[in-house]
Amino acid sequence: MKTAIEVNNLTCRYDHRAVVDRISFSVREGEFFIIIGPNGSGKSTLMNTVAGLSPSSGGDVLIRNRPLADYPRKVLARTVAVVRQQASIDFPFTVREIVMMGRTPHQGLLGLENSIDQAAVDEALLFTDLQDLANRNIHQLSGGECQRVFIARAICQDPQIMLLDEPTAALDLAHQTRIMDLMEKLKVEKGTTIVMISHDINLASLYADTLLLVKGGQTVKQGTPDTVLTYDILEDAYECHLLMDISPVKSRPRVTLVPDSYLRGITEKEANHGAD
Amino acid sequence: MIKRIALISIILTAVLLLTMLLGISVGSSDRNMMHTLNAIIHPEREPVLSAIVYKIRFPRVLLAVIAGAVLSLGGVVFQSILRNPLAEPYILGISGGAAIGAILGIIMGFARFPGVGFTAFAGSILSLILILYLSSGQTLFQKDRLLLSGVMVNAFCSAVIMFLVSITRDARLHNIMFWLMGDFSAINTVQASLLLVMLIPCFILIFFLSHTLNLLSMGKESAQSAGIQTRVIVLVQLVTTSFMVSLVVGYCGLLGFVGLVVPHLMRIRLGPDHRVLIPACILGGGSYMVLCDILARTLPEQGEMPTGVITALIGAPLFIYFLKRAKS
Repeated sequence: MKTAIEVNNLTCRYDHRAVVDRISFSVREGEFFIIIGPNGSGKSTLMNTVAGLSPSSGGDVLIRNRPLADYPRKVLARTVAVVRQQASIDFPFTVREIVMMGRTPHQGLLGLENSIDQAAVDEALLFTDLQDLANRNIHQLSGGECQRVFIARAICQDPQIMLLDEPTAALDLAHQTRIMDLMEKLKVEKGTTIVMISHDINLASLYADTLLLVKGGQTVKQGTPDTVLTYDILEDAYECHLLMDISPVKSRPRVTLVPDSYLRGITEKEANHGAD
Repeated sequence: MIKRIALISIILTAVLLLTMLLGISVGSSDRNMMHTLNAIIHPEREPVLSAIVYKIRFPRVLLAVIAGAVLSLGGVVFQSILRNPLAEPYILGISGGAAIGAILGIIMGFARFPGVGFTAFAGSILSLILILYLSSGQTLFQKDRLLLSGVMVNAFCSAVIMFLVSITRDARLHNIMFWLMGDFSAINTVQASLLLVMLIPCFILIFFLSHTLNLLSMGKESAQSAGIQTRVIVLVQLVTTSFMVSLVVGYCGLLGFVGLVVPHLMRIRLGPDHRVLIPACILGGGSYMVLCDILARTLPEQGEMPTGVITALIGAPLFIYFLKRAKS
C-alpha cells in the first residue's frame, strides 16, 4: 500500500520551546489513523504543520511522496482537507453555501459554481445526510449537525487525505458515533485516508487501524490499538489510574477510568479489614 | 450567481440614480425633480438651475455617493477579515487615523491630492497597525478586545485632532470642525471625478476578491485549507480598503457608522455572500449617504448641518442594538 503521509523528524517550536520534538511516522493510503495523547502534547500543532497551516522548525513532511513545501496552496487543498474545531460562525451562511465553499480549490477567483460543483455539493450533502438541512441557516443547527456540515465541506474538496482535529469533542454519544461511522464510510467507500486527533481512547480503539500516542511532543508508541492501548503505556502517558479490558465490540482494548475517591475507598476498606 | 449579482446591481443602480436625482433636486432654489431633470437634459432652457446643478449640487452628490460606497465597502471588508460584525472604519479608528493624517497634511500646506491623500493614507495605516497590535492574541474576548482597541484608538485620535486644531492658527483650518463631522461641499466636479477614477479599480479589485472574503469570514485557517493565500489576500484587502477610506476622509471628514448600517441592512435582505454583498454595499451605500446628506441639508431651518451628525444619529443606536443582539 502507498504512503499518504510521511513525517520525518518533525520539530515545531514556539518561543524556543519544542512543542513537537523530532516526531516520525507514516500513514498508509486508505488508513484510519488516530492521534491520541494528553493535553498539551503537541497533537494540534502536529496536525496544523502536516496540513501546511503552521510552519515547522525542522524535519520533513511528505504528502503522497511529494514534499509539503513543493505544493502550491490550491493543489494542496485538492489533496488534503482539514476539519478543525470550529469557532463561532459570525455570519448567517446556509448549509449549502458553506458546503459549496469546499469547492474553492476547484474553482476560479470568484468561486462561480458549475454543474460539477453543484453535483459534488449534492453528493456531499447526501453522504452526510444533510439534504433536508441544505437551506437552513448554520446558526439554527446543533453542534453535531454543524460538525457534519464542516465534514461535508471537506468531502466537497474531493481530497485524498482528510485531517480532523477532535471532530467529536463536545458531542453527545449518538453524534460521536455518527461522525466516526461517517469517517469509516468515507474510508471504505471513497478510499480517503483519515487522520484524526481524538481524546476519546475508546472511540479511537474501536475505529482506528493505527494509533499514534504522543506525549511532550514526542512519539510514545505507534501501532494497532492492541499494541498501543496497554495498561503500562497508557498509565505512564496519562499519569492516572486506569482499568483495561476487552470491549465486546470488535474485541478491541477498552479503557475505564478509576477515580481517586474509588481507590481511596478500597484502600480504607483493606485497612479496616486488616485492623479487624 | 452571475444572474443574481447582475439583477441586484441593476435594481440598486436604478435606486442610486433616483436618489442622486433627488439629491441634486433638493436645494434652496425651490425647483422640483422634474425641473432638475429638465435642466440636466436641456441646460439652455434652465441656465441658472443647470449651473447650480452642475457646479454645486452634482459634485456634492457625487462625493456623497463615493463616500457612502467606500465606507460601506470598508465595513464589509473589515467585518469579514476581522470576523467581527461590528467592525467598521470609524468604530475601529481607521477613519480617525486618516483624519489626523489629513489635518497634518493641511497644516504642512499640501494640496488635497495627492499630498493630503497620502498623509491621510499614512494615518489610516498607522491606526490599522495599532489596532491589530492592541487586539492581537487568541483569547475568547478577542472580539470585544478589537472593539475596545478601536474605541481607544478613536479616543486617542480625537485628542490628537483637538490638540492639532488648538495649537494651529492656520486659516485653512477654520472650518475644520465642520469638515470633521462630514462635509461634502468642498469639492468640484473635476475633483470628484478624479476621486471616482482612482476608486473604481479598488472597487473592482475588492469585488474580484469577494469570494475569499466568504472564506475568511469562516476563519483564517479555514480559508487557508481551502487553498487561499490568506496572508497576501488579507494584506491587499486591508491596504486597499484603508487607502479608499483615507481618500474619502481627506475630502469629506469623519462619517461614522455608515460601514455598520449599510452592510447589516444588505446582509439581512440579501444574505452574507460577499459576491452579492460587495456590489450591493457600493451601490446601496451611495444611496444611503445621499439620503443622509439630503436630511443634513433640509432638516435645519437655516443653513445645513454636517452629514456626520445624521449618520451618527442613525448609526449609533443601531450599533448598540447590534451589540446587544450579538451578546445575546
